[in-house]
Amino acid sequence: MTFQAKIMDTTQKIKSFLVKFIRDADVGDDEDLFATGLVTSLFAMHLVLFLEKEFQVKVDNKDLDFDNFRTVNAIVALIEKKQGGG
Amino acid sequence: MAKESKIKCVVWDLDNTLWDGVLAENDALVLRENVVRVIRTLDERGILQSIASRNTFEPAMERLRSFGLADYFLYPQIHWNSKADSIAQIAQSLNIGLNTFAFVDDQPFERDEVRFVLPEVRCIDALEVDGILERPEMNPRFITDDSRKRRAMYQSDLLRNQEESAFSGPKESFLATLQMVVTIAPARREDLQRAEELTVRTNQLNATGYTYSYEELEAFGHSERHRLWIVSLDDRYGTYGKIGLVLLETTAETWTIKLLLMSCRVMSRGVGSVLINHVRREAKRHGVRLLAEFVSTDRNRMMYITYKFAQFREIEALGAGGVTLLENDLDTIPPFPDYVQVNLVDLDSH
Repeated sequence: MTFQAKIMDTTQKIKSFLVKFIRDADVGDDEDLFATGLVTSLFAMHLVLFLEKEFQVKVDNKDLDFDNFRTVNAIVALIEKKQGGG
Repeated sequence: MAKESKIKCVVWDLDNTLWDGVLAENDALVLRENVVRVIRTLDERGILQSIASRNTFEPAMERLRSFGLADYFLYPQIHWNSKADSIAQIAQSLNIGLNTFAFVDDQPFERDEVRFVLPEVRCIDALEVDGILERPEMNPRFITDDSRKRRAMYQSDLLRNQEESAFSGPKESFLATLQMVVTIAPARREDLQRAEELTVRTNQLNATGYTYSYEELEAFGHSERHRLWIVSLDDRYGTYGKIGLVLLETTAETWTIKLLLMSCRVMSRGVGSVLINHVRREAKRHGVRLLAEFVSTDRNRMMYITYKFAQFREIEALGAGGVTLLENDLDTIPPFPDYVQVNLVDLDSH
């Protein structure tokens, strides 16, 4: 898979996950996911567990920075970094 | 610690434990002496009960109904599989730790299997039924309104969960159908027993794991330097009771969250974030810094994540007593989600 294709794949997987939680399923890649107040503890926990399982990474305490999860693009970047993809 | 924790759920065998005789052998079944009294009393104490029996489900339930006992048991496991599996299943359905389970069975073989697979479960010989009520682990320090209603609250949870699994669509839309009302109020004297109970019973959704006695909580209630808020939740299925607690240590410049906890029953309801955002808003309104203490245990990672997603940042890692100190920038505080109505009761009154 090319780098571009891999990023798109990651983005797609994250968005399909978000759809299960968010009524407004059509979130933009750079849209602030939490501006709407929809972030619940459970959503946060599910998101972290989903990322760890789906992408085989360990989200450490130091990664649990709000900015790493604020947008779809930020999450994709975190996964790339954790997977050593730069 | 694990061994001494109070029992939250007693799991009963049926044949020759709850009743004398073996159902599958068409014996005339007679309830064992004292068993009904024990079941009723445990229920009043807020201790949940279930069944792990090797039998066929429907005939066994039919007998329990005819004895007028069926309603006392949550998630009864009546089938031919291992009892250790049954107990694990019940623990998962109730979302409480196995170290708070007791298992009553007349057969040494069954108790040994459970003891081997689930060493944290306390196994009790059916011959010892008479003494069950006197055991210290079966005696909660207080019996509160919430304890008396506990089984009914779990039963309405069962309905909600069935609704939820049948619901197709995003989680957020399901939450909207519940019509939840969160009430945050200063803890009054009559709330303090429940507050103590919450600090003792809550492990997963507890940011520090500090436990406070009734007396300490009462002192906080009068202290100028503390605020103690209690949270209740209701929805169209009924009440969840008092399910959350916040203890703030306050000075003119700083508020520190010493305790923030939520009952596991409301884990999927988004109440934690409502509560944290409310504390953030109040801190901002009072013009103070907002700090939070966090003590990591093997079960409360979710609270750490909750804090971090609520824009807390670590300012001091692992100080004295394993305490991590976090600070909130109070910058962008999101509104309460629209699927929940929030009632705030005169929080400045103390």
